[in-house]
Amino acid sequence: MLAPITTAHYLVLSAILLLVGVIGILTRRNVIVLMMSIEIILNAVNVNLIAFGRNLDQLEGQVFAIFVICVAVAEAAVGLGILIALFRNRETVHVDEIDLLKW
Amino acid sequence: MTEAVFFYCFAALAVAGAVLTVTMRNAVHCAISLIASLGGVAGLYLMLSAEFLFAVQIVLYIGGIMVLFLFVIMLVNLEAAARERQFHRAWPGAVACAGGTAALIAWFWLRGADTLRLPPGVQPTPREGGNVESLAMVLFREYLVPFELASLLLLVAIVGGVMMAKKRI
Repeated sequence: MLAPITTAHYLVLSAILLLVGVIGILTRRNVIVLMMSIEIILNAVNVNLIAFGRNLDQLEGQVFAIFVICVAVAEAAVGLGILIALFRNRETVHVDEIDLLKW
Repeated sequence: MTEAVFFYCFAALAVAGAVLTVTMRNAVHCAISLIASLGGVAGLYLMLSAEFLFAVQIVLYIGGIMVLFLFVIMLVNLEAAARERQFHRAWPGAVACAGGTAALIAWFWLRGADTLRLPPGVQPTPREGGNVESLAMVLFREYLVPFELASLLLLVAIVGGVMMAKKRI
């Protein structure tokens, strides 16, 4: 018999997704996969917001999630544009080869 | 009982998709795993009685953003990149940082276990007109200015995306 699902279950799931996304951002070299990891993190945040919103029986959590999705869309559009410009100029998608500003 | 089964199915889909996204070699495979992960999260939205966000997640994330990702993967030549090293040389440090964050979250979780003991199985009060209408009431009455700011942000993002991706304006 499984225990009933509480808000804490959703919070644990959100923390796991967040950590997976952070590991992806910190370890991968491919810029596209980095942006996908950012999407995973934003999804984890949304799960958190909606779970708390339901726990408090308020709709503000869902409104905030809509704004988060909006920012995620803007980030993806501009980020992928930057990626295309980057590939055109440098012929690489690896973040550790983009080290012009690095000392 | 049924709710628990569905929760664990969707949660497993979301986490497995996320793990595959950060570990797969080919970027197209990463994108497909991310679609699975986003689908699992969409199911969780449905379980949290956020029907509008469920639809938004399917239409906008899986339908919109992922197609954008796949287009960019198509434009950028990734066949050479798939054959190279996939992880940074500094990956042990990064994993150690992530592990430290996980330990910190777990520590706070255990410390605050009493305050985090949220009431189980809270049933949201059914609202007149369903989720979409009540969400629209909140969004357009109390959060109208942020909503308009968000539309401005999207306009800037459109212009910025075109500016960045175009060779010569």
